[in-house]
Formats: sequence, C-alpha cells, structure tokens
Amino acid sequence: MSRRSSVAKIVLLAVAVGLLLPGCSRGPAGHEGIVIGLSVPSLSHPFFVCIRKHVEDEARQLGVRVIATDAEDVSAKQMAIVEDFIAQGVDGVVLAPIGAEALTPAVEALNQAGIPVATVDRKVAGGDVLVHVGADNVEGGRIAARYIIEKLHGRGAVIELEGTPGASPAIDRKQGFEEVLAASGVKLLVSQTAEFYRAKGQSVMENLLQAHGDFQALYAANDEMMLGALEAMAAHGLPPGRVVTVGYDVIPDAARSIREGRLTASIEQFPGQQARQALRLLVAKIRDGKLPPSKEVYLTPVAIDRNNLDRAETKE
Amino acid sequence: MRKGPSKLGDCPNFRSTKMGLSPSALLRSIAGLRKFGTFAGFLAIVVALSLLCPKFLTAANLANVVRQSSIHGIMAVGMTLVILTAGIDLSVGSVLALAGVIGAGLEHRDWPLAAVLAATLAVGGLAGLVNGLVVTKGRVTPFVVTLGTMSIARGLAHLLTGAQPISGFRPAFHFLGAGEILAVPVPILLFLASVAAAAVLLERTRLGRYLYAIGGNLQAARLSGIPVDRCTTAAYVLCGTAAAAGAIILTARLNAAESIAGTGYELDVIASVVIGGTSLSGGRGGVWGTLLGALLIGTINNGMNLLGISAYFQLVVKGAIIVVAAFLDRLQAGGRG
Repeated sequence: MSRRSSVAKIVLLAVAVGLLLPGCSRGPAGHEGIVIGLSVPSLSHPFFVCIRKHVEDEARQLGVRVIATDAEDVSAKQMAIVEDFIAQGVDGVVLAPIGAEALTPAVEALNQAGIPVATVDRKVAGGDVLVHVGADNVEGGRIAARYIIEKLHGRGAVIELEGTPGASPAIDRKQGFEEVLAASGVKLLVSQTAEFYRAKGQSVMENLLQAHGDFQALYAANDEMMLGALEAMAAHGLPPGRVVTVGYDVIPDAARSIREGRLTASIEQFPGQQARQALRLLVAKIRDGKLPPSKEVYLTPVAIDRNNLDRAETKE
Repeated sequence: MRKGPSKLGDCPNFRSTKMGLSPSALLRSIAGLRKFGTFAGFLAIVVALSLLCPKFLTAANLANVVRQSSIHGIMAVGMTLVILTAGIDLSVGSVLALAGVIGAGLEHRDWPLAAVLAATLAVGGLAGLVNGLVVTKGRVTPFVVTLGTMSIARGLAHLLTGAQPISGFRPAFHFLGAGEILAVPVPILLFLASVAAAAVLLERTRLGRYLYAIGGNLQAARLSGIPVDRCTTAAYVLCGTAAAAGAIILTARLNAAESIAGTGYELDVIASVVIGGTSLSGGRGGVWGTLLGALLIGTINNGMNLLGISAYFQLVVKGAIIVVAAFLDRLQAGGRG
C-alpha cells in the first residue's frame, strides 16, 4: 500500500514537472527582449485585473513582455513570487505590495539581485524602490468629503461604509474622509464596515436604514459596497438622487450607475495611469539607464460624476 | 428530543441513544429547540437588542433579519446534513460563487427561468457529488477534500468571469431575491421551505435516519447494512445544492453575481449549524436548531449595525459567540456521556 502510494506520488510529481517544463522553456532565459514581472495582491479583484490590463497594454506599446501573477492576497505568496522572478532573471518588477512591511524583504532581495522595482498603488516600508507611482487614499477620502459637503451646502448627516478592517486603503479612505468632515457642518451619523463586498454593503445598509432614517448622504470606501447599498436603498423605497451617494474606484458598474443617475459620484484614482507610468519609468531605466524625475509620483484623485464621466478610466 | 435515533433499534452502538430523555409531545414538536441553551441565548440577545435599540423590534427590521439570514441559513440547512454524518463542507462559499456566476451567465443568455434555476442548482449538486465521491470512495478526509474544492470552485468562478461582476437581470429572476408573496419576502419563504424539507428528510425518511446513524457510529452503520457511501454522498450533493440555492437568492437579491461572492461564508454557515446544536462529531442535532443558529447569526450582524459597533469589535464579538456556543455544546455532550 505505502509503496503503491509512493509510486503514485512520483508519477504525479513527474506529471507536474512535465507540465511546468514547456512553461520554463518559454521563460525569460531564452528571451531576447525585456521581461517585466508584475505582482499584484489578487487577480480576483476587478481593480487589480484592471491594473494588469493596462500594464499589458502599455507593455505591448513599449515592446516588452510581462509575466502577470496572482498572490491571492497572501503576502508570503507574493514574497515567493518575487523570489521566482529573481530566479527567472526578469529585467524589472512592477509590484503592488500586499503589505508595506511584509514585502520589504522582497524589495531588498530585488535590490541585491540588481533588478529595478517600481511600486504602484501601495508603498513598501523599506528597500530601494526606483519609483513609487500611486494615488493618495487619504486625499481621495478628503475629496469625497469635500464633494459631499459642497452638495449638501455644508449641512446634513452622512452614513459611511468602511472597507475591510485593518486594510490600509480602508484606513486611509476613512481617515481623510472623517478629517474633512469633522471640520464641517455635516455630521457623521454612523460608520460601519462592509468589508469592501457588494453583498455585505447591501445587508449592512438594509440594517442601517432601519435605525437611521434621516441622512442626506452616503459615502462608501469602494464602489462594490456602494452598489450593494444602492440596491438596499432602492428596495427601501428611497428614490435615486434623494441621497447624495459617493463611492470609490469608478468600476464599470459604478460608471453605468452614474450615467443612469442612480449614483451621484465616485472617486477615480486612475489605477491604469499609475500602472502605465510605473512601467514606462521602469522600462526607461532598463533600456536607457534613465532615472525617473522623482522617487514618488502621485496622481491626484478626482471625483467623477455625471458632468465629467468621460474622464473615468474604466468605461462601462 | 429528536426523533431520529429512537427509531434506530438496529443500531446498538449509536451514541445518541444514551442521551434519550423521555420526550413530551410539546418538546417533540419543537424538536430542535431542545437546545435550551441556544434558545435562551437567542432570547437574551433579542431582549437586550430591543432594550438597547428601539428600532430593533419593528416588523420591518425583523423581516430584514430573517431575509438576511436566509442565504447563510439555506446553506446551513445543507451543511447540517453533512455535519450529521461527521463530515464538513468548506467549499460552500466558493460553490455559491461558481453556481452564481454560471446561473447569472445563463440568465444573461436569456435561458428560460426554470432552466437557469435547474442549471444553477445542478452546478451545486455536481460540486457536492465530487466532494461526496472523493470523501466516500477516495477515503479522503472531508476537511481536506472540501478545502481543495473550495479553491477549485473559486478558481473556476474567476476563470469564467475574468473576476468581473455580471449584473442586471430580468424581473422574474430579480423577484426570487427581492420579491414578496403575501407580504413575505421570497428569500424567507425559500429558507423556511428548505428547513421544512430537510426536517421531513431527517425525521421521516430512511435516508435521514441513516445520516444520523452514519455520524453516530460509522462502523455500526456499516455493519447494520446501511449504504454508507451512497447516503454520505447524498448529504454532500444536497449541501452543494443548498449552496447553489443560496447563490440564486444572493444573485437575485443583489442583482449581480460576482466570482468573489460568498468569500468567508463557510464561517457563518458552519457557525449557524454549530450554534444550532448539531455536533461536529456527527450523529447529534437537527435542522430546527440550525434555523435558530442562522437567525442568531443574522440577529447579531443586524444588531451590531444598528448599535453602530466598530468594525474591529464586531470581529471579536462574532468569533467569541461561536467559541462559546461550541464550548456549551461540548459541555452538554460531555455531561451526557
């Protein structure tokens, strides 16, 4: 029995290796052009899928090849992916780190291997990064608050839906929003988490609607939660437009809702532009040894509503 | 006291027969509520919430709680069958996502509603069949099998959709999640119907009694000629189908299907079953308790929103309630030998 199972294991291993081999032979070692490794937290999330799409598109225009990977939101896995990049001998890495601290060793390993790295979306705490291209989530929260305050003429009450407890975009978007709100005449009625999920946004909003009837605005730290909340408000009999609603990320569903007048606005961080710019600066360094003009590049987030919907990066 | 084990005369080693207490007719009829601990806990939370928040005890909010409980509740009904066999199904959240995106895709292709529903349920049933066959024929621990299918189903859902949501459905489909029949929300009716169906299955059919026997003492069940593999597989198939039913309600209610839907749902689902008094070691419990457990989880979620409790503290509260419930169950099981 045990011999049989060990034979089975060896066969399985051989099959697995066989499956991997053709992948390796096409790998960067035998490739003439520039190869860039792209590591994002998760390819299950539309936001990072969008980043990948833009990076691959920009790579085609630049004539470089991209290896896109999925770290399944596990920082140890992302670390391993970066180590694999080093082993494969990629020419550069575009990294959207899962955690600022946890991915510092990965950047240090890339430094040691002499492979330039650009970070997008989130930063790492240490190591030497060629350039960071990002959007300021705190600033995005502030912009959402200013938008709501302006729409409400400085008076009224707002409900907030927060992201996943402990996640840095959740913390930053909340911080910026509440900081500006506190200095205004608009009151924060209640803030609850819906963990960045649409279904959770719906059920949390259903619950909040039971307890809080009198509010004039709703802010959600991402569009997924907002779209769920919009379903809850519609089922509750609130006509669209009665409440000022501001989401975050301008995902395609949100862009459509803005056009249809169901959603007031959403904060655009231009993730595609971030990723493209990071790749351009990285390739410039690899090709021509050109250093980026600055170590940190921030794209200013913008509130997208019906009037400037054409500025949104993701079309419906 | 549940009726199942008392009918299992041919199963001498069946553990639960030892804990039989002479059941009054009343207790029989509210079989699952034998867990007075859970019931008392539920009542305590309801009373506390009514005092703390006057909005809690309104008809609208209570309907809200039950409607929200119906998704993890319907999944928990299926999970109860699996846990009764001393198994576990960690894949339910991922199976929900897979069935949901397939159903939504077919709905977008304008398949007839009945075909959309049948195909969605079949996806769940098929996932359950795979789980059941690997567990029984492959003799792999349910925990490991379903941990694997959890990842496979999630991956397939992402592959099929490119991780992009599918949204906007025909009114008839939306009705299943958002509609009402005689002022009762449809999800609630579906949830209660599934509880009733599972109760009949467990209390009145041979398969139901066999599931108790298998979980109570696998060896004895096998020796007494129960088709253990087939019955166990059936439990997984029903559990997968229930997850798909959850997918239909969620997708219809939200008016969108997403490959990330149902992430982490296994926690709420398994918690509902365990809080409802079904033993993780199998053979003991029932679906009425699960109904209570699912409502308790829904009530806690609702109550914490109403009270505006902070995100970090919510995680602590929910986890603590599960641990306490499991501990009470352990005490009860231990006390009865």
